[in-house]
Amino acid sequence: MATPLVELKNIKKYFPVKKGVLGRKNSFVKAVDDVSFAINKGETLGLVGESGCGKSTTGRLIMSLLELTEGQIYFEGNQISGLNDNQIRNTRKNFQMIFQDPYASLNPRMKIRDIINEPLIIHGFNKEERMNRVTELLEIVGLNAYHADRYPHQFSGGQRQRIGIARALAINPKLIIADEPVSALDVSIQSQILNLLKDLQKSFNLTYLFIAHDLSVVEHISDRVGVMYLGKIVEIADKKTLYKNGQHPYTKALLSAVPIPDPKLKRERIILSGDIPSPANPPSGCTFHTRCPLATDICKEKVPKLREIGEGHSVSCHLI
Amino acid sequence: MTEKMLEIEDLKTYFYGDEGVVKAVDGVTITVNKGETVGVVGESGCGKSVTSLSVMRLLQDTPGEIVDGSIKFEGKSLLNLSEKEMRMIRGNDIAMIFQEPMTSLNPVYKIGKQLEEAIKLHLRYDKKKARIHAVNMLNLVGLPRANEVMNEYPHQLSGGMRQRVMIAMAMACNPKLLIADEPTTALDVTIQAQILELMQQLRNESNTSIMLITHDLGVVAEMCDRVVVMYAGEVVEESDVYTLFENPKHPYTKGLIGSVPKLGQDVEKLDSIPGNVPIPTNMPSGCKFAPRCEFAMDICWKKDPVLLETNDKHACRCWLYQDQEKALEV
Repeated sequence: MATPLVELKNIKKYFPVKKGVLGRKNSFVKAVDDVSFAINKGETLGLVGESGCGKSTTGRLIMSLLELTEGQIYFEGNQISGLNDNQIRNTRKNFQMIFQDPYASLNPRMKIRDIINEPLIIHGFNKEERMNRVTELLEIVGLNAYHADRYPHQFSGGQRQRIGIARALAINPKLIIADEPVSALDVSIQSQILNLLKDLQKSFNLTYLFIAHDLSVVEHISDRVGVMYLGKIVEIADKKTLYKNGQHPYTKALLSAVPIPDPKLKRERIILSGDIPSPANPPSGCTFHTRCPLATDICKEKVPKLREIGEGHSVSCHLI
Repeated sequence: MTEKMLEIEDLKTYFYGDEGVVKAVDGVTITVNKGETVGVVGESGCGKSVTSLSVMRLLQDTPGEIVDGSIKFEGKSLLNLSEKEMRMIRGNDIAMIFQEPMTSLNPVYKIGKQLEEAIKLHLRYDKKKARIHAVNMLNLVGLPRANEVMNEYPHQLSGGMRQRVMIAMAMACNPKLLIADEPTTALDVTIQAQILELMQQLRNESNTSIMLITHDLGVVAEMCDRVVVMYAGEVVEESDVYTLFENPKHPYTKGLIGSVPKLGQDVEKLDSIPGNVPIPTNMPSGCKFAPRCEFAMDICWKKDPVLLETNDKHACRCWLYQDQEKALEV
């Protein structure tokens, strides 16, 4: 079997919470708690979940923007977790990130040319190469060469997101981590960007980790999808299996909660009661048991393990 | 005969800024009947929120001004009322739910105090009765531990709980019309499902009319009876919800519906509308959608079409469905 492009093994990220007058660290927010998955070359893995489930933290851990508390990350079979800053910079040219807010992720004082240039400078391209590359990139993402001398405020949200994508593509990365890349955009613009991302994947053989809360968007773009709840993967499968035959009660509830733009469709809704518990003080046993309609006694006591129940289909639930 | 609750007619709300006049709402007509839920859909900057603020007359502190048109509530014009009279209608007959539950609750007052304020003012209850009513409202919207929440501050609640408080506050005086401006946009899907169900339940119990402003076509399909689609300050299409999704007419509506990925429907490529929303200070002459429209003809660049009722309560602002020759003669 081919080596996956990226592999996460039991990664954990605990953020300490300071309490008391002396600021002693005596509790932790378990943002990511024992997550393992692999992304194969050329595929799109979607990561869905509600706010605070740890999906963005997972993306940042892969980028080495945050330090792991525990676990290992492998890139093309080589361990990249635990490297020092210099070594990380060298491997990091293989990954790039696209951020959620196109208004906050571009420096308002820099021209578009300089924004796209920056990764090229860091990774040692000469000046002539850089100038050609900027023009080329702008055209790839559907902008024009004359846009290079403008500032971010002169662009609309959709255009800024295109600039963000051009910056991410600049150094020919192998993996792009897109963290909610379309959630700040209007629907008609959102579809432009989704189509662009799909086209780029084909032309440059890119691998995506696509983080989003919108299940329909994730279904559209992904090959495989992982569902996260309170720092854990509760179900992961290929897209068809997950959306047609999702097994975990949380996956089912999540899918039934999405409003579908078809007024004739009347569905049975699974309405979950209550809110997402705080990750600083997660429930015992299965973290979902407080909202799960099927919870039994064992769910309150024992943490379920992620088990494979079909080809590439894993679920963590006692009842399955 | 259906009773008309809210009639907005040819409303024009303009903003006067440094770069010229922004025609945020430019001749909008929307009617909401008793017990009906009307969805107002459109993208950012299309004027849907300004329309609702105009109805509530909440534009005093902005550079915005209602230039023309009329707004009638139960047949009575709202625009001629004094501020004092308007205050008796706001929160009592017409209530509003805003998008961002954190910024629309006062962070320095306890939930109980904020809820009781409106109840005491409009229903003229004494303190004790107001408190009981407030707790009942919190129970009604399904907030757990309502009694304790009364003594808590907004920051102690989660987003979904805050939105429930907002709904409780809006429903406290049993309003005849509820204006909900993106009520679930800031919430997670499972919480959104809870809030939408709650709104449906309240509507069925008290027969409240709802004007639901949203950009989410899924929410529209689930909640609304009738839909008004807005683009660049104008209504471009209006019909009942089934017709709109089954047989959309305006190219913008078609594009919008095609742009949304649908759960369980695997398509290789989404339809998309090319280009961007026009800049408000520099609106195209003629049809405002023409620069992005694949069917644009000569006349579209010259003359703005009117909103014409084509058949049975389905109105559309597009030259494709209108007699062009007649229009050119006029």
